[in-house]
Amino acid sequence: MKVLKLIFKNSLRHKLRTSLTILGIAIAVIAFGLLRTVVTIWDSSVDAAGADRLITRQSVSFIFPLPLAYKTKIEAVPGVKAVCSAAWFGGTYIDKSNFFARQAADDNVFDVYPELLLTPKDFDTYKKTRNGCIVGASIAEQFKFKMGDIIVLDGDIFPGRWEFVVCGIYQPKNKNTDGTQMFFHYDYLNEKIKQTSPGRGDQAFWYIVQINDPNKSAQISEQIDAIFKNSTAETKTETERAFTQGFVAASGAIISAMNFMSYAIIGIIMLVLANTMIMSARERTREYAVFKTLGFSALHLTGLILGESMVISCVGGGIGLALLYPIVAGFEQVMPKGFFPFFFIEPITAILAVSSAVLIGFLAAVFPIQRALSTKIVDGFRFVG
Amino acid sequence: MAAIIQVKNVAKSYWRNSLEIPVLHGITLDVEEGEFMALMGPSGSGKTTLLNLIAGIDRPSSGKLSVAGTDIAKLNESALAKWRSANVGFIFQFYNLIPVLTAYENVELPLLLAKLSRAERKKHVENVLNIVGLGDRIYHYPKQLSGGQEQRVAIARAIVTDPAILVADEPTGDLDKNSAQEILTLMGRLNKEFKKTIVMVTHDQHAAERATRLLHLDKGDLSANGKN
Repeated sequence: MKVLKLIFKNSLRHKLRTSLTILGIAIAVIAFGLLRTVVTIWDSSVDAAGADRLITRQSVSFIFPLPLAYKTKIEAVPGVKAVCSAAWFGGTYIDKSNFFARQAADDNVFDVYPELLLTPKDFDTYKKTRNGCIVGASIAEQFKFKMGDIIVLDGDIFPGRWEFVVCGIYQPKNKNTDGTQMFFHYDYLNEKIKQTSPGRGDQAFWYIVQINDPNKSAQISEQIDAIFKNSTAETKTETERAFTQGFVAASGAIISAMNFMSYAIIGIIMLVLANTMIMSARERTREYAVFKTLGFSALHLTGLILGESMVISCVGGGIGLALLYPIVAGFEQVMPKGFFPFFFIEPITAILAVSSAVLIGFLAAVFPIQRALSTKIVDGFRFVG
Repeated sequence: MAAIIQVKNVAKSYWRNSLEIPVLHGITLDVEEGEFMALMGPSGSGKTTLLNLIAGIDRPSSGKLSVAGTDIAKLNESALAKWRSANVGFIFQFYNLIPVLTAYENVELPLLLAKLSRAERKKHVENVLNIVGLGDRIYHYPKQLSGGQEQRVAIARAIVTDPAILVADEPTGDLDKNSAQEILTLMGRLNKEFKKTIVMVTHDQHAAERATRLLHLDKGDLSANGKN
């Protein structure tokens, strides 16, 4: 008990220095947590991909469409359970900053994506409404969409003014399920585009292929691509995970840099705390000699120095972690809407942040402990700081 | 009386790079239980080195050193630390109190190594602080005390474990005349009333006169040996 008291008193001996070090650690933990949150959220879109879903797209790029006739051919491939045509709509809702994913898809999209939970009643209303749409709960909350509301989009890929009626709001099944998407009937898009640009009709940007056995994804992918080989629009079929990874990989350098930065911050703050501890231990060289003279063992001195380092790092880490949650929430508010489909601190991020603080405390104490233990009592008394 | 400190042919050298610097040359000395011995000599004569050897905070290069019945040269660091905590009290020139601890907590420090209850520790600490005349200053921090009071706290810390031997390195070296007299009176009392064996290093002739025995060291050799 007394030793703990001494550790705390030693920690507060230089209040300004300790406070600045604690502040530094807290900021480092916040920066680490924020960067890791961005990285993990980015990666979690890949993790959320279904194992039983394949994506068939144009072999050159998904921005080039595929003929709608491919759908029935893909459905005929053994092992394929369902096929859903999809097209990226883009467009603007009131302002360009109001970003969320808008897609035209076949009505079976909610069968293919069972993690998007929709009531049968809403789905029934949606099916009966030609220009109906379904929106995710997150954007419904963000833009105050409710049943029957009209959403007006200004088209860019598909030019014109587009009006959609909100027929349902889907709920994400899991925490990492995207709740920021808007779906409307592919048939509606196709009908309208055939009226304005007949040459662009009967085309899908990609097909979502649900398969019976995820273990046969490679084999089925090959079979699908083989059907359209040497055609004018060859296909590339891959797992949804690989397809999503393709998007993420485009930002790979930034993510890698953020990853590196998050750990570099930890390294820098470790040096700061180590510097504080070395200064403290150096100033107390005579005191350590006194402790040894009085009979205190190497273990006692190790406990005193390590304890002080851990107190500083854990208090800094604790403050940083406590502030991380409101800061991440604030960060989410100031980010362009829909930039991240979801934004929350993964438990692993909090664990890593706390572990880093503990590790920093431990490592920063190593050199001062080694120095205190190796200094002879007589040399300690002669020391002039 | 039996010799509580037996120094036989003890030599001590320090090494600076490959250069050997001899400090003590074959010192032989017996200190009897209850003696108050003063060690005098010019700077660099080896007084503090001899004191450190007797106190077990340094090791001789050769010779035999028996203190309180233990051949301390043969003890390892851990055993030596335990031995020191049980047998020797230290009084330093610059007090060496821990600045973040109160007078009470500074005096309590050596007792944390003993298996004593909180109440027992309190009893011991209050007792020795009363002996040194600081019963009313127990919750004062070192910076709130005068030099003489700080040294009295240091003396209380040295005697709180009731060691047989007190070693003092220039205990009045940093004090004014009056405070120095108070400290020397207190040490005399500890010697006479509480039967502590005291070995004191000093440059001060007046301080040395309080001792019952005076030794002179010069260039690592005992050059005089007499009774006050």
